[in-house]
Amino acid sequence: MITDVIRAMAKDIFTNFNTYREIDPFIPIVLFLFAALAFAIGTLLVTIIFRPSKPDDIKLSPYECGVEPATPDTRGSYNVRYFLIAVLFIIFDVETIFLFPWAVVFKKIELFGFIEMLIFIVILFVGYFYAWRKGALEWV
Amino acid sequence: MEGIVRDVIIALIKIAIVLGGVALGVAYSTYLERKVAGWIQVRFGPMRVGPHGLLQPIADGLKLFIKEDIMPRQADKLIFYLSPVICLVPAFAVLAVIPWGPDFYITDLNIGLLYIFAVASLGIFGIVMAGWASNSKYPMLGGLRSAAQMVSYEVSLGLSVIGALIFAESLSMVGIVEKQMTTGVWFVFLQPVGFVIYFICGLAETNRLPFDLPEAEQELVAGFHTEYSAMKFAFFFLAEYTNMIVVSSIATTVFLGGWGSPFAFLGIEFPRSLGIVKSVLDFGMPIFWFLLKVFLLMFFMIWVRWTFPRYRYDQLMNIGWKVLLPFAILNIIFSGLEFTLYEELDWYLFYPLAWLIMGVMVVFGFRLIKNFDQFSYSKMREEGIE
Repeated sequence: MITDVIRAMAKDIFTNFNTYREIDPFIPIVLFLFAALAFAIGTLLVTIIFRPSKPDDIKLSPYECGVEPATPDTRGSYNVRYFLIAVLFIIFDVETIFLFPWAVVFKKIELFGFIEMLIFIVILFVGYFYAWRKGALEWV
Repeated sequence: MEGIVRDVIIALIKIAIVLGGVALGVAYSTYLERKVAGWIQVRFGPMRVGPHGLLQPIADGLKLFIKEDIMPRQADKLIFYLSPVICLVPAFAVLAVIPWGPDFYITDLNIGLLYIFAVASLGIFGIVMAGWASNSKYPMLGGLRSAAQMVSYEVSLGLSVIGALIFAESLSMVGIVEKQMTTGVWFVFLQPVGFVIYFICGLAETNRLPFDLPEAEQELVAGFHTEYSAMKFAFFFLAEYTNMIVVSSIATTVFLGGWGSPFAFLGIEFPRSLGIVKSVLDFGMPIFWFLLKVFLLMFFMIWVRWTFPRYRYDQLMNIGWKVLLPFAILNIIFSGLEFTLYEELDWYLFYPLAWLIMGVMVVFGFRLIKNFDQFSYSKMREEGIE
């Protein structure tokens, strides 16, 4: 009984290898995420068995060419330009997300959609050139 | 219930094949990297372990497996452990929607490309967290640089494929390839500017030379993974090379016709008389073509690495924000026009016209950028901003 079911299933799997019948296409993604996580965490856990562990004071010190570090804590303030780049990124990344669906239905929305997107891009470009002109894109 | 079990079994088999294959591919791409470096520098590369050093990647993997794992005393323990995993898992997760062949892909999402860009950008967190958690000078600088660099190039990366999407009319990875099969033209011929922008951004996103500022060894020791050792270090390595495979695979899918054979226009099919061999060939040849294209792109990336010197950081930012971004947006506007022409004109009129417009766009684009840059410099000097 049960072997018949398994045999039928095996044959079915072999002949229709690339089709899912009942599960949503997102389910394999979830499975894949779990598999990748299991791979990563599993490998880290297994290495605990094999690796030696002989920590000493010098070995555990932060890397700085063999001398005691001049700045013990590095998490201080950082250059404001990184923040500026992040803000610019958010503006343009949102634009990218708008453009993705626009590109896919481009054939259906025709000239109207094209001109509409042109206006959107021009407005964005004004801001972009303003940022450029004000030196937000300079990295000195 | 049976149907669900069957589907899950199929999915798990495919996941095992893809994960195993990619892990092996990554191991041997490190071998390829060292061999190509050897050829370019007129030396042998790895030769000792196995014939022509073929077992070298396995020896390296084993070595990393049994090395001591050092946890620096000043580090943030939890995040120090988490960041390699966070770096690796998104790199792997993207592989789920890559169409290796018409009969072999883990799953086909209707938003495949969007999923890839969404998940692939999560890898930045791993690098920034690694830099922050190490609490040491060089990793911190490497992490910050890496964040700014990847964020800058991701914009142009996303914008560069939009031109191809106009022609593909689909976000599904399988759909994009099938569109190229039915129209019989690879999108690289319709979108050469988009392809070049994509490839440059791909180099920057994978932190490879000439854009490997986050781990520039002459100034930052090893960048964000200076404090990492053993398997945690191997994870960063694995993630970097997996990202290389992913970037090449997306370029293959979107621009180079995916699994399509370059000789498809000849219309050759395997004869029916071959029987089972025909079905094996029908299954295997598309995968072969796909992997061949990915291999050639990866070879090109390695070639670039051992040929070009590294950019300075301000040059890197200038290329990203002042050259690639305006060109990516110009390319989108151009693609809208190009698509209209493509629908209206015959091919012998369309291609010369399209490439002519493209050439004019590139030449004038560069001149405009240069002029505007000089203009804004002079204005800034007047206002004393600098």
